[in-house]
Amino acid sequence: MKVSIRFFASLKEALKKDHIDLEIPDSIKTIGDLKEYLAKQDAISTEVFGAHKNIRAAQDLEMVSMDTPIRAGAEIAFFPPVTGG
Amino acid sequence: MKISIQQEDFDVSTELQLLRKDLPGIGGINVFVGTVRDTHQGDEVQSMELEHYPGMTEKALQEIVEQAKTRWDVLNATIIHRVGKLHPTDQIVLVAVASTHRGDAYAACEFMMDYLKTSAPFWKKEYTPEGSRWVDARTSDEERLKKWRK
Repeated sequence: MKVSIRFFASLKEALKKDHIDLEIPDSIKTIGDLKEYLAKQDAISTEVFGAHKNIRAAQDLEMVSMDTPIRAGAEIAFFPPVTGG
Repeated sequence: MKISIQQEDFDVSTELQLLRKDLPGIGGINVFVGTVRDTHQGDEVQSMELEHYPGMTEKALQEIVEQAKTRWDVLNATIIHRVGKLHPTDQIVLVAVASTHRGDAYAACEFMMDYLKTSAPFWKKEYTPEGSRWVDARTSDEERLKKWRK
């Protein structure tokens, strides 16, 4: 399945990129699965996506929980808790 | 309803005129303006940079207004949030709510601001004399939401 992933704020800065387009294995079913998959990519990703990190996610511009199923072709985003206002 | 995410400053008086235009049933407007403080957690803040998620942020703000409309008598509402580089004393955010009576305007404005703080994708990076740092979300902002879930 193909997904487009965007990163914001401290995640974007640490990963040194704001998006990736990825073909993910069929075993990746949820947003949380994808986060774990990304964490295994390299040392920086392990640091950024490590289980202890307080990361939020969105799918197609809606805030979602980690157990949300991934939709094919979706735009997924990972970011830290928001701090506007 | 007006939702705007912009780099440029806003003029509260002009925005209130727009909010009230052609709505003679308005009896009260509540306004919140957020500004950049010169200190945070005991450190001097020289400037900050605000980032957002284009598309999602606008959608989140629209949903906040729609939710407020289901709970209170909201005749019109404006949310303006600035992004980019800001300095102490700069205006960051405007939330203005017009209602028939003041009670609804007060409550809806507070509700919208509390939800903006916790669900609209904006991120602040502060620049202090020691360097830059991303601002951490405050648990007190999450706590405030409990008030609206009763």
